[in-house]
Amino acid sequence: MNENRMKKNSKFAGFYLGLIFFLMYLPIGVVVVFSFNESKLPVRFTSFSTQWYEKLFHNSAMLEALCNSLILGVLSCLISAVIGTLGAVGLSRIHWKTKGVMEYISILPLMTPEIILGMVLMAFFYMLNLPFGMLTLLIGHTIFCVPYILMEVKARLAGMDPALEEAARDLGASPFRAFQDITLPLIMPAVLSGSLLAFAMSMDDVVISIFINGPKVSTLPIKVYTQLKTGVTPEINALCTIMLGVTLIALVLYFLVRRIGKKNRME
Amino acid sequence: MRRRKFGALWMILPLYVFTLIFVAGPLIYMIALSFAEANEVHGVNWIFTLDNYRKILEPVYLDTFLQSFRLAVTSTAIICLVGYPFGYFMARMPESRRKKTMLFLMLPFWVNSLIRLYGWIIILQKKGILNHILQSLGLIEKPISFLYSYPAIVFGMVYALLPFMILSVYSSAEKMDWSLVEAARDLGASRTKAFWTVTFKLTVPGLLSGIILTFIPSMGLFFIADILGGNKIVLVGSLIQEQMTRAGNWPFAAAMAVVMMVLTTIMIVMYRRISHVKEVEGIG
Repeated sequence: MNENRMKKNSKFAGFYLGLIFFLMYLPIGVVVVFSFNESKLPVRFTSFSTQWYEKLFHNSAMLEALCNSLILGVLSCLISAVIGTLGAVGLSRIHWKTKGVMEYISILPLMTPEIILGMVLMAFFYMLNLPFGMLTLLIGHTIFCVPYILMEVKARLAGMDPALEEAARDLGASPFRAFQDITLPLIMPAVLSGSLLAFAMSMDDVVISIFINGPKVSTLPIKVYTQLKTGVTPEINALCTIMLGVTLIALVLYFLVRRIGKKNRME
Repeated sequence: MRRRKFGALWMILPLYVFTLIFVAGPLIYMIALSFAEANEVHGVNWIFTLDNYRKILEPVYLDTFLQSFRLAVTSTAIICLVGYPFGYFMARMPESRRKKTMLFLMLPFWVNSLIRLYGWIIILQKKGILNHILQSLGLIEKPISFLYSYPAIVFGMVYALLPFMILSVYSSAEKMDWSLVEAARDLGASRTKAFWTVTFKLTVPGLLSGIILTFIPSMGLFFIADILGGNKIVLVGSLIQEQMTRAGNWPFAAAMAVVMMVLTTIMIVMYRRISHVKEVEGIG
């Protein structure tokens, strides 16, 4: 009797989860499917075609935006990996009173509504007289990428034995050597997974970028946004599918790295 | 020991410098800006004034705040209703399936929200798939305009923010000691009663953090209202953007941002008080 009831419940639960998942994936599927549609109207799938991709690759403005996005994603993720990793390791070693406050401020970008961050940065960069463009975008993206890496590495360090590095020091290794040979390999999976997360976020950002990109420079998400506002052509489908592909690759790598990291830890 | 600390200092330096200049700096500048006088054309006169805050209280702008607030409350309420069962059911799955479900939940979440929004536009627009299907089934004669309305914005918000709620509810339901529910059942509580007195109470922290995680962004997600609402509804986010770009009244935009930040902080502090009282005490 009791088991029966449980079963009924799980059937409903399964249906419910399935329905929500369907709704979550439906729009993504629609975008991808119609990017290969020949007809201009996204109502019925007429026949398979790659013409929208071809059109996209002849569109130099789009290609430039794609390039910008990739450059930004890679650079901001590299810079924030250095700042975030060193910062997390450093923070784990000091016990100042200001430590908690600094940690709070460093992850503040994640807790601030994006629009406020974007607007504040726009005003701030203007005050500093920085020319709006790739430089401001890079700083902006690094600002919200650092917390991801900081948090991932911090979590990894929390599960690590500090005696390992101390042992290396006792055996005569220089601090740099000890860090390079002991600590860094151990936290590397966290650095990588944090960086990939940061990369995905950078490739995804519209709200902050739109405030600080300046009149000449555009990123892929900004292009999509302006197109969505002005008028939709199936080229957007192709563009979105490409963006999807890039994010997906970053994600797959992220999960692979995490899995390897977990395996290492188990050993 | 001393040398160790010296090394740590160098490691921490980039983070400190970067954070102070580019996180704390802009936020402090925003606060200063909000008390400055707006130049009539563009730019700022550095004269102390409270006018920007007074301006928020003008009916037009106050209305925007109230409307945003109402939209955020509506969206958050629906997100609770839809997301809570999801997180709850997920926590009750066998562990191997839980991980897979989590993965499938996270995937669309990392996909650019614009892409997902655009997918819905294709489906819901007047000449879109849904209308096409309904018409060919003979259910409707004329296409219905689903988009550019208040419900469309709410739908977009719910869609964009749902994963936050699911993950928060899930993480607190997953940590829960299910034997407590069994105990309640053994002692004669009905399933409903056991749920409300045990499960629900223990997952309230998750629900609350989900509410914060959805409520705060929903005040600022101006592009959803922009794209799905067709300029019908002006939110605080759109207002800030407009003041920054077209109107050029930066001090006013800064004042609105400060108010939003204060509201956000109050919510987070309230959440900490309600859900983690012990933790806070432990730290202090």
